[in-house]
Amino acid sequence: MTSIILAIVIGAAFGVALDRVGASNPSTINKMLNLTDLRLAKAIMLAIGLGSVLMFGGQMIGLVDVGHMSVKAAYAGVFVGGLLLGAGWAMAGYCPGTGLVAAASGRKDALFFVAGGLLGAAAYMMTYPMWRASGLLDPIWGGKVTLGVIPGSGYDGVTSLPGDILGIVLGLAFIAIAFALPERLLGQPSTQAHPAE
Amino acid sequence: MPMNWKTGGVLLGLVFFLAILLVKPIGVSTQFVILDGIIADAVNPDFVTATDDGFTSTNAYLAKSGGKYAKSVANPLNYSFVFVLAMMLGGFLSAMARGGIDAQDRKVPALWRANYGDDPVKRYLVAFLGGFIVLYGARLAGGCTSGHMMSGMMQTAVSGYIFAAGAFAAAITVSILMFKKEA
Repeated sequence: MTSIILAIVIGAAFGVALDRVGASNPSTINKMLNLTDLRLAKAIMLAIGLGSVLMFGGQMIGLVDVGHMSVKAAYAGVFVGGLLLGAGWAMAGYCPGTGLVAAASGRKDALFFVAGGLLGAAAYMMTYPMWRASGLLDPIWGGKVTLGVIPGSGYDGVTSLPGDILGIVLGLAFIAIAFALPERLLGQPSTQAHPAE
Repeated sequence: MPMNWKTGGVLLGLVFFLAILLVKPIGVSTQFVILDGIIADAVNPDFVTATDDGFTSTNAYLAKSGGKYAKSVANPLNYSFVFVLAMMLGGFLSAMARGGIDAQDRKVPALWRANYGDDPVKRYLVAFLGGFIVLYGARLAGGCTSGHMMSGMMQTAVSGYIFAAGAFAAAITVSILMFKKEA
């Protein structure tokens, strides 16, 4: 029962955050992806960096249970799947989480995205044996690995660096990049006056 | 963008931290599979069945890893599934609290309108196709933007970096090709 209450509280907070940061607005997503407005990218980098610093810092002082980590396996299909997801993400302007939030907040195109998503997931369920047989799901570089060795995590590191300190350093780097990244990379700021969104 | 990127980033980062502090890293895309499984099991009750020590399915994907997905299909009132439902509720309430999304944008989003006009059929077709590719790709990759990219890179998972490289390479290319006019 506790876990259900936590699911409701953390899930709802996540939904609020996605809505407020603009991630469930497909126009905001594609302005990020076509490099004309990187403010959402800056927010995401800041979030990853802050989360990393708090988590690894918390682990080092014993506040965060290392056992709560869950590292996914590395295999070639991660890259192939990433390419597919990326293409669909740009086409639709939605990823799985933001598409659901958008559908819930009344965006009609997001309902079509979710319907397509359910069908796509079902298609994967049916074609899974083919991918397994292809070898693309076989672990590479040790499978469930992290960049350094995180004390007590049970995961191997691809380097022997101390994984918790590395995590904090990378987290700070993400935060620094978030601040350093310009607000746009491509095109020129529109010279014509346009009403505020 | 409704919120300053710094405030938004801090809010999002705190939620990802809170999730791993209290339970486990955030992930979403698996729940599309779980809902598919629930629907399939409602149509055909033999789709997911109990075993001596858990659950299994006639579908190899649900049966893998000791039937952990089959178990979630059999017990939808689990953390990850409720999390996604609550996420939708939170998003809905947040959108309503800021006055809701304007009717035109709800029908066809602004950037799409600027590039392809306001014919909803074309937009819905591409959104549907995009959804199909996104979830097929997410399941092949074993996670999505939340689980692989944000939760993964936050934990310094190598898989998170591989995923982000693939996702952004394709997404930036497709987006630049598709959305040339600014809204």
